[in-house]
Amino acid sequence: MQVYLPIAEVSVNAFLLLGLGGLVGILSGMFGVGGGFLMTPLLFFIGIPPAVAVATEANQIVASSFSGVLAHFKRKTVDLRMGTVLLIGGLVGAALGVMVFNYLKAQGQVDLLVKLCYVVFLGVIGALMFIESLNAIRKIKKGKLPARKKHNWIHGLPFKMRFRVSGLYISVIPPLIVGVLVGILAAIMGVGGGFIMVPAMIYLLGMPTKVVVGTSLFQIIFVTGFTTMLHATTNFTVDIVLAVLLLVGGVIGAQIGTRIGVLMRAEQLRILLAMIVLLVCGKLALELLLQPAELYSIGAASGH
Amino acid sequence: MRFLSALLLLLLALPVAAKEEVVLGLSQNEVSITTNFDGSEILIFGAVKREDAIPEGPELEVIVTVAGPSKSVMVRRKEKRFGIWINTDGVEVDRAPSFYAVTTSGPLSEILSNVEDQRHRISIPNAIRSVGAPQHIVNAASFTDALIRIRLNSDLYQLNEGEVTIEEQTLFRTSVALPSALTEGGYLTRIFLTRGGEVVAEYETIIDVRKAGMERWLFTLSRENAFLYGLMSLAIAIAAGWGASAIFSLLRR
Repeated sequence: MQVYLPIAEVSVNAFLLLGLGGLVGILSGMFGVGGGFLMTPLLFFIGIPPAVAVATEANQIVASSFSGVLAHFKRKTVDLRMGTVLLIGGLVGAALGVMVFNYLKAQGQVDLLVKLCYVVFLGVIGALMFIESLNAIRKIKKGKLPARKKHNWIHGLPFKMRFRVSGLYISVIPPLIVGVLVGILAAIMGVGGGFIMVPAMIYLLGMPTKVVVGTSLFQIIFVTGFTTMLHATTNFTVDIVLAVLLLVGGVIGAQIGTRIGVLMRAEQLRILLAMIVLLVCGKLALELLLQPAELYSIGAASGH
Repeated sequence: MRFLSALLLLLLALPVAAKEEVVLGLSQNEVSITTNFDGSEILIFGAVKREDAIPEGPELEVIVTVAGPSKSVMVRRKEKRFGIWINTDGVEVDRAPSFYAVTTSGPLSEILSNVEDQRHRISIPNAIRSVGAPQHIVNAASFTDALIRIRLNSDLYQLNEGEVTIEEQTLFRTSVALPSALTEGGYLTRIFLTRGGEVVAEYETIIDVRKAGMERWLFTLSRENAFLYGLMSLAIAIAAGWGASAIFSLLRR
């Protein structure tokens, strides 16, 4: 069944969009990532104009994250306090990121920068997570418990705050910085930032994996909601029909994903996410390295 | 004096222009883009009206062009720099129709002379206008070639030779397939009658392509009331997320 999208001005198969939404939704629920880093390149691939894809994807992430976070609220695996601190940093970062984005757009080459950002961050994070999870699985097999609560320099910082759900007593400075950095990257790359946020929470802040997912989803809702409004009012690129089709699949997928996530061990969850991240990274890297079939591309002219 | 010479010119020109005329019919002069829009086929048919008998000499040929609204586009070329493929040069093509179909009764090069093609901008390369590339770009024509190649591949540009059927040098008909990825606007439809490569008559009309129903409403809302549209998008997202969560927790019980 073909559906004409009013803002994107292309006709696409409705079932294809529902399927894509569902698939990405499952991943979103399992790992606590918005799924934007997967969905946005997929939308480019089926012929949605990039500007519309990025803006609409933000709207869809709101839905799948909201669906996911409700499931986590029921199991009390959302650290609201930590989420709020991260969110404050995130909104500041998103505003900064939009400024950086506009500056780079004026310089040209913004597409390249976005792609390079994807390759570098997905590559580094994917590789780190993969190695770490593999080591953790090996240690468990040997019968040793993974040592988690290590004291490092982070514990020496001022403005300490108790995060009861996460079982942490740390300074608010590291989560704020993490929030800002993720916000900047999220705005530049047009994603929720979960795939950066989740490892940052685990490895930098030392939060338990089960709490990380819910907390990440919680703050993603607000960051992507903010981005949606920004795109809708300045660029007019949010396609509501596209969003509805994606999110119907997405919210159902997220519910299924959350339940699959409960059944799996934290290390297995992390190693799977690492592999998906590396796969997307590899695909994007190949696009940059191999000679494209068509060297020319058509874009909108800068009005003057 | 000036009036007299103008009158004289008019009198001289009149018999030639009135010799053969196009009478046209369209299966639809309006295309509505609704939610389930999946391309459209427009039937174009007509007759040649003439006072005298069919002229001697070369046979009558018909060329039909349908052009979507023109926009300026940027064509960029990738080059390998530092081991990766990046956009380096760009040429702005300042008038390229978003859709362009040329449908003819015979091979275009045989039924239309180069001079007439350039005058009426009929063939695809002539329908595109590029003002000029920056100084440092050597092969600027390759950019317009690329534009045509990419759009030909996606059926946005079409050259259908021999697709117009003519009967008795008087009646003609053809159909033009509009793809599903259409932009809104007036689609200029031109009919040219040629004899021996010369255009002997031409006719113009507009096919109106408009979004309709829900498509129209959403599009207008997103432009004129963007804040409300954004809020509506968010509300739908939140409602869908909550709804799915509620349904699934009911199912588990």
